[in-house]
Amino acid sequence: MIPNPNIPEVNIPAVIQNIPLQHYLILSTLLFVIGIIGVLTRRNAIIIFMSVELMLNAANLLLIAFSSYRSDPSGQVFVFFIMAVAAAEVAVGLAIIVMIYRNTRNTDIGFLNKLKW
Amino acid sequence: MLTLLLILLPIAAGVLTLLSGERLAKQVALVSGLAVLGVAIATWLQFDPAAGTQFSFKYAWLASGGISFAAGIDGISLVLVLLTTFLTPLIILSAFNHDYRKPASFYSLILFMEAALIGVFTATDAFLFYLFFEAALIPVYFLAAIWGGENRLKVTFKFFIYTIFGSLLMLVGLVYLYYQTPGTHTSEITAFYALQLSKQVQGFVFWAFFIAFAIKMPLFPFHTWQPDTYTESPTPATMLLSGIMLKMGVYGLIRFLLPIVPGGMETWGTMAMVLSVIGIIYGSIIAIQQSDMKRLIAYSSFAHVGLMAAGVFSYSINGLQGALIQMLAHGINVIGLFFIIDIIYSRTKTRYLDQLGGITQSTPHLSVYFMILLLGSVALPLTNGFVGEFLLLSSVFQYDGWLGAIAGLTIILGSVYMLRMFQKSMFGPRSKWVEGFQDLTMSERAVLLPLVIMVFWIGIYPNTFLKLTEPAVSQLLQMVNN
Amino acid sequence: MSASLLILIPLLPLIGFLINGIGFKTIPKGAVGIIGTLAVVASFVLSVMTFQAFLAAGSQPVIVPLFDWITVGSLNIPFSFQVDQLSLLMLMIITGVGSLIHIYSIGYMHHDEGFGKFFAYLNLFLFFMLLLVLGSNYVIMFIGWEGVGLCSYLLIGFWNKNTYYNNAARKAFIMNRVGDLGFLLGIFTIISTFGSVEYLEVFSKATDFEIGDPVIIMITLFLFVGAMGKSAQIPLYTWLPDAMAGPTPVSALIHAATMVTAGIYMVIRSNVLYSLAPSTLEIVGIIGAATALFAASIGLLQNDIKKVLAYSTVSQLGYMFMGLGAMAYSASMFHVITHAFFKALLFLGAGSVIHAMSNEQDIRSMGGLRKKLPITFLTFLIATIAISGIPPFAGFFSKDEILAHVFEHNKLLWVIGVLGSLMTSFYMFRLLFLTFFGTFRGTHEQEHHLHESPASMTIPLVILAVLSALGGFIGVPEALHGTHHLAEFMSPLYDASRMVNPEAFLPTELSHSEEYLLMGVSVAVALVSAVVAYVMYVQKESVPAPDSQPKSALQGLVYNKYYVDELYDNVFVKPIKTLSNILYSFGEFFIDLIVNAFVRLTQFFAGLLRKTQTGSTGDYVFAMVLGIVVILFWKLLL
Repeated sequence: MIPNPNIPEVNIPAVIQNIPLQHYLILSTLLFVIGIIGVLTRRNAIIIFMSVELMLNAANLLLIAFSSYRSDPSGQVFVFFIMAVAAAEVAVGLAIIVMIYRNTRNTDIGFLNKLKW
Repeated sequence: MLTLLLILLPIAAGVLTLLSGERLAKQVALVSGLAVLGVAIATWLQFDPAAGTQFSFKYAWLASGGISFAAGIDGISLVLVLLTTFLTPLIILSAFNHDYRKPASFYSLILFMEAALIGVFTATDAFLFYLFFEAALIPVYFLAAIWGGENRLKVTFKFFIYTIFGSLLMLVGLVYLYYQTPGTHTSEITAFYALQLSKQVQGFVFWAFFIAFAIKMPLFPFHTWQPDTYTESPTPATMLLSGIMLKMGVYGLIRFLLPIVPGGMETWGTMAMVLSVIGIIYGSIIAIQQSDMKRLIAYSSFAHVGLMAAGVFSYSINGLQGALIQMLAHGINVIGLFFIIDIIYSRTKTRYLDQLGGITQSTPHLSVYFMILLLGSVALPLTNGFVGEFLLLSSVFQYDGWLGAIAGLTIILGSVYMLRMFQKSMFGPRSKWVEGFQDLTMSERAVLLPLVIMVFWIGIYPNTFLKLTEPAVSQLLQMVNN
Repeated sequence: MSASLLILIPLLPLIGFLINGIGFKTIPKGAVGIIGTLAVVASFVLSVMTFQAFLAAGSQPVIVPLFDWITVGSLNIPFSFQVDQLSLLMLMIITGVGSLIHIYSIGYMHHDEGFGKFFAYLNLFLFFMLLLVLGSNYVIMFIGWEGVGLCSYLLIGFWNKNTYYNNAARKAFIMNRVGDLGFLLGIFTIISTFGSVEYLEVFSKATDFEIGDPVIIMITLFLFVGAMGKSAQIPLYTWLPDAMAGPTPVSALIHAATMVTAGIYMVIRSNVLYSLAPSTLEIVGIIGAATALFAASIGLLQNDIKKVLAYSTVSQLGYMFMGLGAMAYSASMFHVITHAFFKALLFLGAGSVIHAMSNEQDIRSMGGLRKKLPITFLTFLIATIAISGIPPFAGFFSKDEILAHVFEHNKLLWVIGVLGSLMTSFYMFRLLFLTFFGTFRGTHEQEHHLHESPASMTIPLVILAVLSALGGFIGVPEALHGTHHLAEFMSPLYDASRMVNPEAFLPTELSHSEEYLLMGVSVAVALVSAVVAYVMYVQKESVPAPDSQPKSALQGLVYNKYYVDELYDNVFVKPIKTLSNILYSFGEFFIDLIVNAFVRLTQFFAGLLRKTQTGSTGDYVFAMVLGIVVILFWKLLL
């Protein structure tokens, strides 16, 4: 635990202290890696999309953890932003996937290679 | 302020032409072209040859970098501005023969082109020069690509890439020179003149500029874009390209190459000279067997510009003065000849000499105008071509006797291909293609008459223009020789 | 003499040209001829006045400046005129003979639809010719030099529906341009040597040079190349016979009396330079002699009345250059004058014959015309005698003077000259006998149409005949107890030459008896040829064989003009055409190949790189992740 010289020392709730920061780090890294693997290996657009969301949430979790440990609320503000934007993104992203599905009867990304040379 | 007006007025006129709608576009363009000519003549009347660069203005542009929007007119600029403003209304008028689609865009592009050309000839800041140098390419690209012949897209693309390649080399040279200027750097051309560069560096800068201008003119062997582009472009675009745009290259040689890198000239000048002379002969010989009249004039234009370049590379007063007067003469002659070819083409639907013949039997006026422009082009004394060619050849001859004699072959070869063209199109038995060929209309005469008047004016009293440029040229030479 | 009067001399023909040229559709035919002729006659009158004023003012050269034409740096080329003995003589010939030919043309061209155009061109020609001889510097001379070439082009191709005529016109212009390039290079050398082109300045500076100075030799050689082109000397003579495609008055005015003598004028004008360059003069003399003999030999077998006269002109010009080569400047000028008279007369007479024969030019179809065309015959006879060098007609004096000088200078050239003179006399009398004697050989229709020409054509013939008969008396040699008025008059022109090269101007070393002998030889030769021609063509009435009949090798060679045209065609014209095609197809292709090589190179690399764009999302994501990992490693570990 590194004391932050700029922020006045406040009491961090003991409940949070019960779980060390390393655990949060490991969890979110795990979540992130699962997300990456999902994106890299799966071919279904919806699952890829879910994996992307997983990665986003891994980042969110880490932000909150640091924010709590350091008593700095700006991290949590970020998370709210990300959630809001992610909600919008999900809406647009899903809409696109739905449109693709309607046109091709398929959500396999290997099928969409119009950008090929 | 006149300089600024000269640059802005064509832009404003172009916008006005766009706004005036398809039906009025022609007339608006013509009137505004004439208005710009009026301003140019007013500038000429107020111009004092002895006073150096005049009517200058300078606005901060990228102030922190020492780059400004600065232009002014000296003798060399003035004659080229006069040429541009004189020819543009004639080019506009010459287009009246055709019903080009989207006339508003067509005519406004010509006016935008005029603005860019005037900008090139007057800019006193190197980056402004570069800006206009590139800007001039855009309107003519669209003119050629939209209104051109069958192969227009391929040909104009080649032209565009070719010239932009050269321009980028020049940009490299300019940026280098800019960083050599002392203090907080400036891009004024006069500051470039004052630079003391090592001989090796001068060699590199020489090449950067030389290739850019050699492509623009074009010089041998950078010319392969030219015949195709001239042939495929609509005639007004061909006129702009050959009559005025080609002079940007020669102007660049005079304004940049000669005074900035005299050391590079010393090392590479002979090579450039030899290339120019090769170009003269090469172009002339190819022109001899051409059947397409437009292509024939394209090659002849290539040969003529070689002679101008050779005159510049001789860096003598005869050569420079000859090049300047020849730029005027060539602009006038070549536009006239292209117009006459256009007239023939629009009536017979062919430009091929094998298919033409006997036109003169029904067209005394056309024959006379054609003959006079042709004589100007083959440099008959008392026409405009002679003065320039005489001075240019004498300068090349003084540079080197053999080169002068070889370059002089142009007066023989020139008469060979020009007379062949005249004979095959105008004389001989009447071909079936020229049935019912009508003589010139009033608007066609209105284009040709001013050109012919200028042919004789420059031929009989060239001192009007020689006196304008003499102080600027001798100042330039003094700088080079120091 | 007032300057404005002098300016009017070239200006009047120019005005005539402008009036007839601009108003060629509206001016009635009668007025056209009058305007055109009046302009020239007025010029002639002014020339005579100028001549008198010049004599009255003490025979000093006068410079009349008009304006500064080209000013560049230290070089100034003024537009100004110089009046001296030489330009005055030329003025008189040009405007005098010009006037006669204009009057003649009114009759000759009367039925031609291009009547107005014809007079406009003739006037324009005179304008340029007058500029040529009046100019006070080489560049003004060059204006005239090129200008007359242009008019010659326009007039040779006057009937421009005929492709053969057009080709002849083009050939004339281009061949002249070859010479003009030489002239131009001469001017450039003059500029770099003397810094000026004004005659007076150049000549006064030239007196500082030694005899045989290489620069002077170069200048004179360059200028002489110009003269070869304009005055149709070997190797640039082949355009002149072809130039006969033009209307006959044109042949008389341009291709006999005036334009083709410009080369001689130029050499006499530059006599200071030429006197300084004896080796150039040697070449001039040899080329002149060669041309005189060569052209005369071709003339022996020609059957076209105008072609015979054309080769005769080339040959006579050769004599003039031969004279120049021996530094007999005045003698050459003398021959220019007499030649202008009798050759113009011959051409006009030929024109009269052609007119009567309804445009037939082949002498094989003529014969016995002397009864139908008495005036033409008589004048033609006088001219023939004159050109053959039989005293006391004009040609005798001038040709003999040239031959005497050449004899003194180089015996071999003299022999060639006499040989040429023998041929001249033969082909001229052959022409005369075949045309005017014997029986008529043309078609019945032609015979029916035969008529003497109208007065407007015969009056100039008569005047020229008188001049051809008596013109020689302006230069009777001392040996014949006369005075050489012409030589005396022209003497001041050579003051500077005399100073730089005094040896060349010593009085003749020939004794009177030697001179008599020379005269005797040339007259005898001429008479013998005439008699031979008489025997062959009048007594035996032989007629040249038609073209279809096979000829002996030598005859074929001569008849086909030694195949020089074919030679030039194969050596210059065809190779250049081939070269043009090769450069256009192969040269351009080759250069484009290099340009396209750059394009291909770019395309090749582009082709490699674009393979990375698989279009599969997974690959892109993988590349992205890989990129992030690499960046992270780079930032964190390095």
